Amino acid sequence: MRSPAFFLVSFAVGLVVFVLARMLDNDYLFFAGYTVLQYIVLATGWNILGGYTGYVNFGSAAFFALGAYSTVVLHKAFPMPIPVLMLVGGIVSGLVGFGMGYLTLRLRGAFFSIATLALAVVLQTLIVNWDFVGGSRGAYIIRPHHLEIFDYEIGYIQYLFFTMMVLAVLSLTVARMVERSRLGYGFATIRDDEVAAEACGVPTLKLKLIATTLCGALMGMAGAPFPYYIGYLQPSSAFGLEYAVNAIAMPMIGGATSWVGPLIGAVLLGTLQQVATVTISSAVNLLIVGLLLTGFVIIAPNGILGLFHKYFRGKTDFVGRRRIDRIGP
Amino acid sequence: MSALLNVAGVGKQFGGFIALEGIDLTVAQGERVGLIGPNGSGKSTLVNCICGTLHNEKGTVHFNGQTVDGLAAHERTHRGIARSFQLPRPFVTMSVADNLRVPLLYTVHTRSGRHLTVEEADARCHELADLVGLGDKCNKSPKDLTQIEMRKLELARAMATDPKLLIADESMAGLSDSEVGEIVNMLIKLNESGITIIMIEHIMRAVMSFSQRLVVLDSGKKIADGKPDEVIRNPEVERAYLGQ
Ligand SMILES: Nc1ncnc2c1ncn2[C@@H]1O[C@H](COP(=O)(O)OP(=O)(O)O)[C@@H](O)[C@H]1O
Ligand SMILES: [Mg+2]
Repeated sequence: MRSPAFFLVSFAVGLVVFVLARMLDNDYLFFAGYTVLQYIVLATGWNILGGYTGYVNFGSAAFFALGAYSTVVLHKAFPMPIPVLMLVGGIVSGLVGFGMGYLTLRLRGAFFSIATLALAVVLQTLIVNWDFVGGSRGAYIIRPHHLEIFDYEIGYIQYLFFTMMVLAVLSLTVARMVERSRLGYGFATIRDDEVAAEACGVPTLKLKLIATTLCGALMGMAGAPFPYYIGYLQPSSAFGLEYAVNAIAMPMIGGATSWVGPLIGAVLLGTLQQVATVTISSAVNLLIVGLLLTGFVIIAPNGILGLFHKYFRGKTDFVGRRRIDRIGP
Repeated sequence: MSALLNVAGVGKQFGGFIALEGIDLTVAQGERVGLIGPNGSGKSTLVNCICGTLHNEKGTVHFNGQTVDGLAAHERTHRGIARSFQLPRPFVTMSVADNLRVPLLYTVHTRSGRHLTVEEADARCHELADLVGLGDKCNKSPKDLTQIEMRKLELARAMATDPKLLIADESMAGLSDSEVGEIVNMLIKLNESGITIIMIEHIMRAVMSFSQRLVVLDSGKKIADGKPDEVIRNPEVERAYLGQ
């Protein structure tokens, strides 16, 4: 399937979910669904860097938070519609992703991961000390009750859900496109062996920069509507540990070699955490994720996708048969 | 005849250990050169300096009339320098055919200015695999290959870049006599099609039947360079090998 067709089909699926949720007419569904959608974007963004090129990013929360704080800044200066805020958040976090890539290009393995963690700490410290965005006290963003589109009233949370749904579809389309392109091959060679990749003519530094930028941009876009969702944004919630942990756990549990993995992981883990929050307490969420991640890393290192390939296609070894749609530019 | 490769005064150190010192080496367009020397004499290090995998502190490398000093490895590959790794480094999450596809995607089109179509690339992958006798392994994972097959994959992947200069770093270790003969014949055929080749090898039968010129390294220095049968009778070369 070509990318535009894939986008349309995914969008149609998203639309059906949206319409069904509207028929149930329960705002809680939208609140919970928004979080799951947001995790689809975060997990997909993480996976472009972590799954495709093998560079494990521990600083996802920072990119997410930068997107959110871009919105806070804009909200104070000149409020803009959510899609524009997403774009701005994406640009800001994309630039920071590019910068991070540039500074850490020569670090490999654990050293890269530690650097991303350090970046998150530095950025959080900066935000905590920046009074304009509320510093450690946080910032209030009044969420409008509803939005009017051509005399048609739609609850604001439904609107947020809808925009996040479009972003999720867009992220999946981008990830799938990258995966099946020349770029995706290049990313995979970086994951497998950078020295051999260079010898084959792959410009590894350039590709790593593309990956860190894409990863940052998607996460920033996911974070941009967050202040409107939460209403009161504090550094500790924007830089929350749950974002960094989930962004890693979801692709790992779903399967990191394909765009499907983060989707499966985000839907499963995201829903599970929403259910746990309601039935038990949100405090157990990270415990659940941590235990599941540990279990998967030990038993099924290639995630649910790996298990699927093993049991249904009889492959003992998970070597993705790569598909290339087009050897484009 | 014009020189394709010109290595002048190349020196490389690892910490305090001098791995290469004052290496001069000229390879003419179309030549077949054998590079020998005891283990640890610096052959692979020299290859790494020529290909940009390592950067030499001293000396310069010219290729095709231009300096390649300071160029990244992938840029040198784009210019036409290809190499196989002594210890195979396959892309383990990709099939054999996909391993061969990488240079086609990232080097061949860069030089020809045109992308291969998906079908053309597919056909070329299979052609290359056939050439080294991996035709029936195209959809296998490199993890399922024997060490010997991985060496063949290394060689095929280097050939896939359509190089002007091919450096084969001990591609034949462990191969049977008939396989060594096949690979040597293949390399000679490749050379006849216009590709300059440097072969690093311990199997003297292969080196002697392949090389038009023989270069010998010992402890990071070049100790001989000339006609193969003269070089192997050189007392210094004999000493280097006997002392091993
Ligand atoms: N990356 C490295 N770091 C430190 N020492 C190295 C490195 N690569 C090679 N050496 C040393 O340099 C010397 C030459 O190695 P090498 O070029 O691999 O020899 P050859 O290929 O002729 O067997 C050896 O003593 C080896 O231990
Ligand atoms: Mg060697």
